[in-house]
Amino acid sequence: MSNTTLIDNENLLEIRNLKTYYPVKGGFFRRTIGNVKAVDDVSFEIKKGETLGLVGESGCGKSTTGRTIIRLLNATDGEILFEGKDITKLRGKTLQAIRQDIQMVFQDPYASLNPMQMVGDIVSEPIRNFKNVSMNDLKDEVMDLLTKVGLPEDAYYKYAHEFSGGQRQRIGIARALALRPKLIIADEPVSALDVSVQSQVLNLLKQLQKEFDLTFLFIAHDLSVVKHMSDRIGVMYLGNMVEIAERNSMYAEPLHPYTQALISAIPMPDPRRKKERIVLEGDVPSPLNPPTGCPFHPRCPAAMAECSQVKSALKEVKPGHRVACHLY
Amino acid sequence: MSNYSIHKEAPLLEVKNLETAFNIDGEFYNAVDKVSFNVKPRQIVGVVGESGCGKSVMSLSVMQLLPKGVGKIRGGEIIFEGVHLEKMSEKEMNKIRGRDISMIFQEPMTSMNPVFTIGFQLQEVLFNHTKISKAEARQKSVALLKSVGISRPEKIVDEYPHQLSGGMRQRVMIAMAIANQPKLLIADEPTTALDVTVQAQILELLKSIQEVNDMSVIMITHDLGVVAEMCDEVIVMYAGRIVERADVDTLFYNPKHPYTELMMGAIPKMDEDKEELSSIKGIVPSLKNMPATGCRFANRCPKAMPECTTITPQLGEIEQGHEVACILYEASMPKEGVKA
Repeated sequence: MSNTTLIDNENLLEIRNLKTYYPVKGGFFRRTIGNVKAVDDVSFEIKKGETLGLVGESGCGKSTTGRTIIRLLNATDGEILFEGKDITKLRGKTLQAIRQDIQMVFQDPYASLNPMQMVGDIVSEPIRNFKNVSMNDLKDEVMDLLTKVGLPEDAYYKYAHEFSGGQRQRIGIARALALRPKLIIADEPVSALDVSVQSQVLNLLKQLQKEFDLTFLFIAHDLSVVKHMSDRIGVMYLGNMVEIAERNSMYAEPLHPYTQALISAIPMPDPRRKKERIVLEGDVPSPLNPPTGCPFHPRCPAAMAECSQVKSALKEVKPGHRVACHLY
Repeated sequence: MSNYSIHKEAPLLEVKNLETAFNIDGEFYNAVDKVSFNVKPRQIVGVVGESGCGKSVMSLSVMQLLPKGVGKIRGGEIIFEGVHLEKMSEKEMNKIRGRDISMIFQEPMTSMNPVFTIGFQLQEVLFNHTKISKAEARQKSVALLKSVGISRPEKIVDEYPHQLSGGMRQRVMIAMAIANQPKLLIADEPTTALDVTVQAQILELLKSIQEVNDMSVIMITHDLGVVAEMCDEVIVMYAGRIVERADVDTLFYNPKHPYTELMMGAIPKMDEDKEELSSIKGIVPSLKNMPATGCRFANRCPKAMPECTTITPQLGEIEQGHEVACILYEASMPKEGVKA
């Protein structure tokens, strides 16, 4: 969708040199013996009203990035600016407050809903946490939310297990919407769903974005889904942002060799289209022991001598199109 | 790619009116309902459909690997090279599995034994069907690993499944499946658990093995992209029945069943800009709540007519090699004397 008209030039979220490491403990005293560099120096920004898509293969750090922004994980280094305010170090009440503005939709609609709670309680919990509303108003509001996400009103009194995967994802979306947040981080919201249900949920997310003026960080491994949803796309590889661009520019002219391979690897649902495919050798290296220099150089078909030595910084090659590669 | 002259040969596998039922609360319900199709030699047949459409159950029925006491074949015939598989004893089936027909599963971690080495598990497949010495078996497993694109095969044979990445494990699974050069390979979502760049590697590998070994493949997947790239012919299943069957080009460019059409429009495509995807309202009915008569897609179908709930459509040929089960087409109307 191109909701360019709605996008302000104001940044809602700005990420500067974000690093999130997971310590690896070992030895007799459980000392930290190493770090998994899940997110290693990533910078980007999300403008008000836009959808930024994050793609990459498993272990590239896209989910960790999302979880660090919402402060489910603590950043090792770097800054997260939300509406110009640094939220990286917030604690206690101030951190609580920021969560009203940033909400999350999770991948697994089975694991992310409490099986012991009625749907009404699941959806109303965020409101109960932050606002003083009477029981009646609360119920009205939840009913309203349930209808907005396309669930029947009697869903209020049911439990999560009584719903299908797609409907559960709608419950998760209703919960995320409850506090009318400004930013929603959707982490693989449709990857557990079948295609026909996936399209229902994607359509719903777009419709809600218009209705509630939402800004999305849309994380997924499926590039076609990300392209459908996003205004701009960031491609991650092994904890690094390798390319970020407006989505049509990214699709029409991918610059980073990894992005090129990623796009060419997607099986196209069109038997007449026989395309040149770049098949990469090998697997993604372990983030515990990433290669020196550019993280992609061991698999890169265009690797040069300096690639194994120096990591290229993200630089603007065309207006709005940034890439981290020594070729440019 | 499809080459029509070779497809005139006698089918390698014939499935006729297959009915596979599962026991739910003491009663049997058909998860696969009167399914018929053929697989010709050297053909890649794709089976697509959403979860619960019966595509995996269908393949487990062919392999006779249904969970005992829970699932059973209630009717129909499965004929492989003229032999009725559904009448075979467990012992006879054991000779066919792994030698003539093999299977690759979705999750390469759970389909291998974690306590034995890769080499041990590969050699087991070899010992089961051929008389060879230990040294020969080891040599052959190294060669097999090499043929599926594993570097350092001499080292990998002595390693355990957990030491390998997902893509490598799937390569080992493929090596096991092709160890005895089967005539038919059933691949059940072979790349679903893999990343897209690794998926591309595995698809390429499967295709080259199929060409070299002159193998037929049944490719079960929910990914229409994989189907378009790999298959000669496609079967679309919905709620246990085949709703459409055609060669891959016809299916993508001239789909006839409303379900197929909607499914095509529901996938976001890289090369087009669409504000809204087509979606199918509702969900697949559960096995227990299947409508007794009529089309199983009727309650979700935008083109449904009142007759759709009373007349059960038959898979009928609307043009050469293109079959549809929808009463919008004359060919799908039940024949005289056949009870709907």
